[in-house]
Amino acid sequence: MVEKRGAALWLTHLGLIVGLFFIFFPIWLAFVASTISQPEIVRPPMPLLPGDRFLENYSKALVSGINAPVARMLFNSAVMALGIAFGKIAISLLSAFAIVYFRFPGRQLFFWLIFLTLMLPVEVRIVPTYEVAAQFGMLNSYSGLIFPLIASATATFLFRQFFLTVPDELAEAARVDGARPMRFFWDILLPMSRTNIAALFVILFIYGWNQYLWPLLITTDPSMNTIVMGIKQMFPSGDDTADWPVIMATSLLAMLPPILVVIGMQRLFIRGLVESEK
Amino acid sequence: MATVTLENLKKSFGRTEVIHGVNIDIADGEFIVIVGPSGCGKSTLLRMVAGLETVTSGKVFIGGHLVNEREPMDRDIAMVFQNYALYPHMSVFDNMAYGLKIAGRSKAEIAERVAAAAHVLQIEPFLDRKPRELSGGQRQRVAMGRAIVRKPAVFLFDEPLSNLDAKLRVQMRLEIKQLQRELGVTSLYVTHDQVEAMTLADRMIVMNEGRADQIGAPLEVYANPQTVFVAGFIGSPPTNFLPALSVSRGSTEELLGIRPEHLRIVGPDKCELRARVVNAEALGAETLVHTRIHSGEYVTVRQEGSRPVPEEGEEVGLGWAKENEMLFFTNGARRY
Ligand SMILES: Nc1ncnc2c1ncn2[C@@H]1O[C@H](COP(=O)(O)OP(=O)(O)OP(=O)(O)O)[C@@H](O)[C@H]1O
Ligand SMILES: [Mg+2]
Repeated sequence: MVEKRGAALWLTHLGLIVGLFFIFFPIWLAFVASTISQPEIVRPPMPLLPGDRFLENYSKALVSGINAPVARMLFNSAVMALGIAFGKIAISLLSAFAIVYFRFPGRQLFFWLIFLTLMLPVEVRIVPTYEVAAQFGMLNSYSGLIFPLIASATATFLFRQFFLTVPDELAEAARVDGARPMRFFWDILLPMSRTNIAALFVILFIYGWNQYLWPLLITTDPSMNTIVMGIKQMFPSGDDTADWPVIMATSLLAMLPPILVVIGMQRLFIRGLVESEK
Repeated sequence: MATVTLENLKKSFGRTEVIHGVNIDIADGEFIVIVGPSGCGKSTLLRMVAGLETVTSGKVFIGGHLVNEREPMDRDIAMVFQNYALYPHMSVFDNMAYGLKIAGRSKAEIAERVAAAAHVLQIEPFLDRKPRELSGGQRQRVAMGRAIVRKPAVFLFDEPLSNLDAKLRVQMRLEIKQLQRELGVTSLYVTHDQVEAMTLADRMIVMNEGRADQIGAPLEVYANPQTVFVAGFIGSPPTNFLPALSVSRGSTEELLGIRPEHLRIVGPDKCELRARVVNAEALGAETLVHTRIHSGEYVTVRQEGSRPVPEEGEEVGLGWAKENEMLFFTNGARRY
C-alpha cells in the first residue's frame, strides 16, 4: 500500500468526503421529504432540514399506505427475498454437491444445462414462466413469487468451484469414518461452505428484495404487492396528487432491510473470513 | 485385529493397468511397509485395501472375509492420510470423535476413548483447538488419534510422515512403531523412504511399476535382493552394477551387483578391478569414494571414516569378498 502523508492525506480524505456527499445527498433529501408535509414539499425551495412530521408520515405509511399498508408489503418482500435466498442456496448447494461428488450418467450434460440457464434471466423467459405459474394457480401467492426465481446457475457454479477446492482426502476420510454421502454433506461440506453461504445470502437477498418486473406481473392483489413494486404503484395516475411524504417514507423503509442484512451478515462474513480454513 | 490377504490383486485405470497382481498373506499384528519409487502404485494398492479404490480383479480379505464389495467403513480399517485430511471446522476432539459418533457410540464412551487416545499421543492440551491452530507434527498426531480411537482391525498409512521435517520424522517414526507394537494392530504403511521402510517393517513389499518385486523382512531383502530393482532401491548409496564380463563372471547377458559397503580399496596390484577415483566425499563417520572403471561404469565405495581418503584421479584397486557378489540376468531377475 502506498503510504500517504501530509497534504496527500487531507486531499484524499477531501475527495472521499465530497464523493460521499454526492451519493448521500439524494438519500438525505428523501429523508427530509419524509418528515415534512405535502404542501412544504411542493412549495420551493425544498427544505434541507428534517421537519416535525416524522412519526406521522411513517406511521401513516406503515399502517395504511396508499394501496396497501407498507408493513404488509415489507412482509411480502421479506418472504419473497428470504424464500429466494434460502431456496437458491439450498438448491444450488445440492446440485453442486451432486455434480462434484457423484459420477452419474449425464453429469456433464446436467452441468452444462444448468450453466446454460445463466443466459436465461427472468426477463427473457417471463412470458412462458408467467404462463406456467398461472397454470399452476400461483398468481397472487408466495409460491408464485418465489419458485420461478429459485433456480440459480450462478450459485451452483460458485459452490461447484468451492467444492472442487475441498481436498478429496476429506471426503475419503469421512468415508472411512463411516459417513454416508448426505452425512458428509451436512457435517463437513456445509459447515465448510458457511462463508460462501453468508456472502451468497447477502447477494441473493438483495436480488430477491429488488425484484420488480416479476412481482408486478404475478401479483394483482394489492395485499400481495412487494415493496419495490409497491412504491411504483403509489405514483398517482391521472390528476391525483402524489402523497410525496408517504412515498418517501416508504422508499426509505424499503431500503432499510437490505442495509440491515448487509450490516448483519457483514459481521458473520468477516468472521468467516478470519476463521477461513486452509 | 485381523489378518489381511491380497490375492492376485490388480487395478486398471481405464485401459492402463497400474497394479499387475499382488499376492501377500499378512499375519495378525504384522507391520507391513509398502515401499517403492513415486508412481509405482503404492497408494493405489493401499487404497484398494481401504476400499477407496475399486478392485479391478483379484481379492482382498480382511480377517478372513472377502471385502471387495464392502464400503471402507464396513472393513474395520482406519487410515492416516499424507495431508492428514482433518476436518478443518471441527475441534481436535470432534475430529477424533466423528467416526465414533457416526457409529452411534454413547457420549460417555466417546469422551473416554478420545481421552485415552489423546493421552497416548500426548495431544490432550489441544483437544479444543481447530486443526489450523496446530503445528504439522501435532496435526499428524491428531490424524493418528483419529485412527486409533476407532480401534480398527487394520491401520493404513499413506506416507504419514512425508510432510514433517527430518527430525520430527525420525521421532514420529519411533512413536508409530512403538504404538503399533503396543496396540498390536495389523498395519500397512506406504512410504518411498527406504529408511522408514527398513526401520518400521516386520516385512516389506518392494514395489516396482505395479509389481511386488520382493516381499520379505527388511534385512532379508537387503541381504538377498531378488531383482536388480530391489538391489538398487534398497540400500544407500545404491548397489553398484557392472557388466559381469568385466570381472570375468557369467556372460554378456548378466550384471554383477556389489553394495558400496562391501567394497574395499586395495592396492592396484592384487585386486579384482582397477578404477580411477572421481571424487571422495568424507562424511566423518564414513567416506564415499566415487570411482570409474575402465568400461565406463561408476562404482561407489563406502569405507570407514578412519581409513585414508584417496586422492582425486588416483588409480586404485577394488576388492570384495566372493560371497557378497550378486549376479543378475539383464532382465532383472537374480541368478545367484
Ligand atoms: N485416478 C487415477 N486415474 C488414472 N491413473 C491413476 C489414478 N490414480 C493413480 N493413477 C496412476 O497410477 C499409478 C500409481 O499411482 P499411485 O498414486 O499409486 O503411486 P504412488 O506409488 O503412491 O506414488 P507416490 O509415491 O508419488 O504417491 C501412477 O502412474 C498414476 O499416474
Ligand atoms: Mg502415493
